[in-house]
Amino acid sequence: MNELAITVIGRDRPGIVADVAEVLARLGANLTDSTMTRLRGHFAMTLICTGPDAAEVETALVPLAAEGQLLATVRAVTPDGEVAPAGEPYVLAVHGSDRMGIVAAMTRVLVDAGGNVTDLSTRLAGSLYVVLAEVELPAGVAETVTGRLHRTAAELGVEVTLRPADPDLL
Amino acid sequence: MSDGQSGPDGGRDVEAYAGLGDWTPESLAVAGEVRAVVSAPHQVLSRAGDEVDPTAEETVRLAADLVATMRVSPGCVGLAAPQVGVAAQVFAVDVTGHPKAVTVHGTFVLCNARVVEATRWKPGREGCMSVPDLTGDVKRASRLVVEGELPGTGAAVRLVTDGFEARALQHEIDHCAGLLFLDRVAGAHAVYQRKVYL
Repeated sequence: MNELAITVIGRDRPGIVADVAEVLARLGANLTDSTMTRLRGHFAMTLICTGPDAAEVETALVPLAAEGQLLATVRAVTPDGEVAPAGEPYVLAVHGSDRMGIVAAMTRVLVDAGGNVTDLSTRLAGSLYVVLAEVELPAGVAETVTGRLHRTAAELGVEVTLRPADPDLL
Repeated sequence: MSDGQSGPDGGRDVEAYAGLGDWTPESLAVAGEVRAVVSAPHQVLSRAGDEVDPTAEETVRLAADLVATMRVSPGCVGLAAPQVGVAAQVFAVDVTGHPKAVTVHGTFVLCNARVVEATRWKPGREGCMSVPDLTGDVKRASRLVVEGELPGTGAAVRLVTDGFEARALQHEIDHCAGLLFLDRVAGAHAVYQRKVYL
């Protein structure tokens, strides 16, 4: 079974998801994991699909891209399935005045502690910059990481919180 | 431990509702059997459960089975009949010892339960035995009044609770209505791969 990593980005308009999903469905490409969102007027999609080969999907997406409004890439990838959890889940929240290097500095702290960012989004609203991330941290390092994050945040002039994201099982 | 004795509000029969009193699963006088827990997308999880006769023998047996199954399931603080494949409005709850629990009513089973007051809504991340690979952010009332009937006697009860027990009750009442936490998540990016297994 082919597994494809597809990205589509373009100026937002109603119908992008339906158009791309229709092309994939027509080709028998099964849309598995995906994330899609609007970023400052651009609609961005990252999709994992199984089914046809990459060239076939690329060709089928050309008419959408031909309007000059969408850019699509298709790449065959090796199926990995689900990766085993690497640590304990945390949510990182950062907010403050926009400046260069906030994401770079904060995520470097996490990586240096053996952490892994599994999801991250940023929003710029006026001069306010917000970073939200889902992070896996090795057991027992959260307190040390929190201290380092606070020191880095102070240098950047932003606020940071790191809190456990463990779910309640019901 | 609170037994939720506060009286019902206007319009209801005040005498008809009481707290759990000294009810325990042992009062069912039936040895519960452990049943298999079904996972989504099993159809029974998406179907509203039928109202039950709390005094019927099959309801009493189901109640005992829910308690028995809940007790052998690690980390399980609640289990609804649809989760063992029965489309009925019966569930068991026990949040005893949970670090987030404030008010705790011990182990109890309710039939035909409904929420009559829900206030102080708070977000929280939930996982479910029937959706083993995902979790999601769900807003739930942290102050809750629930009415239902006890299996066996059929006594009408009114439970006033809060915090984690309130969340557990809403989660189980949803199961009885054919709803999963997936039906209530906070947004398109509020579902996550479950990362920690017990």
